[in-house]
Amino acid sequence: MDDRFFVHREEYPITAGDFSAAGDASARIKYVLRKLGIDSALVRRAAIAAYESEINMVIHSAGGTLTLTVDRDTIRLLARDRGPGIPDIDLAMQEGYSTATEAIRELGFGAGMGLPNMRRCSDRFTIRSSPGGTVIDMEFTIGKESG
Amino acid sequence: MKLSQLLDRDGFTLMNAVGDRDVTGGICGDLLSWVMARGKRGMAWVTVQTHMNVVAVASLHEFSCVILADGCVMDEEALRKAETEGVAIVSAAHPAYAICGILHDMGV
Ligand SMILES: Nc1ncnc2c1ncn2[C@@H]1O[C@H](COP(=O)(O)OP(=O)(O)OP(=O)(O)O)[C@@H](O)[C@H]1O
Ligand SMILES: [Mg+2]
Repeated sequence: MDDRFFVHREEYPITAGDFSAAGDASARIKYVLRKLGIDSALVRRAAIAAYESEINMVIHSAGGTLTLTVDRDTIRLLARDRGPGIPDIDLAMQEGYSTATEAIRELGFGAGMGLPNMRRCSDRFTIRSSPGGTVIDMEFTIGKESG
Repeated sequence: MKLSQLLDRDGFTLMNAVGDRDVTGGICGDLLSWVMARGKRGMAWVTVQTHMNVVAVASLHEFSCVILADGCVMDEEALRKAETEGVAIVSAAHPAYAICGILHDMGV
């Protein structure tokens, strides 16, 4: 039997191109994690990672979902989108690499920092991608911050 | 420094209805994920970006305020969102370089 105590699960749909809603899911995630009494430094890391994955789905994908799961010792953020996928993940993970268009860059996106930010903020980070979609799985260990 | 002290200076206008707060640091930049990577709670963020996602970044980091340089303004929808999230939006009639100098002189 799974001895992990299930606390919370929420799923947020992310719509491609909807810039005005971008940030709503991560704001909600931040709120929920706070309510659950999670350390504020950890809440911050998870919220940054959530925001970067949310905004990437808005800008670069055909849309998808972000799922938050919290149990006793782990926060998990699972981002799944419907394509078009990332052809070269190693390249995409490099700081400064971006395929954002000029119009998108004018809004301040496209520094090529989003994926590196996600990896830096999370305690475990995995990404896989195919033309059918990209899946990013991030975990954050609860209790690490306080020692 | 209190935000109200900055608002007492020439050329700084608070654009939304939020309470006074401490400004505990500063960051300057227009690349959102760059600011996302380096931001810390309480910072004043000096930028010329004015869209809704600025509010999202500022709110996640709990920045004390966003200072829009060169007289930039934010649309009503974004201002309202910032108000709801408790993010102060300040429009400044100075370039980013000068704003940072003023903040620095004021002890930020
Ligand atoms: N969900 C996704 N679907 C398809 N491509 C993606 C996705 N996420 C990232 N990419 C690709 O990986 C690149 C790097 O992503 P990253 O988030 O690091 O930078 P960015 O989004 O271009 O800029 P920034 O995040 O700094 O605003 C993107 O430019 C894009 O080509
Ligand atoms: Mg990105």
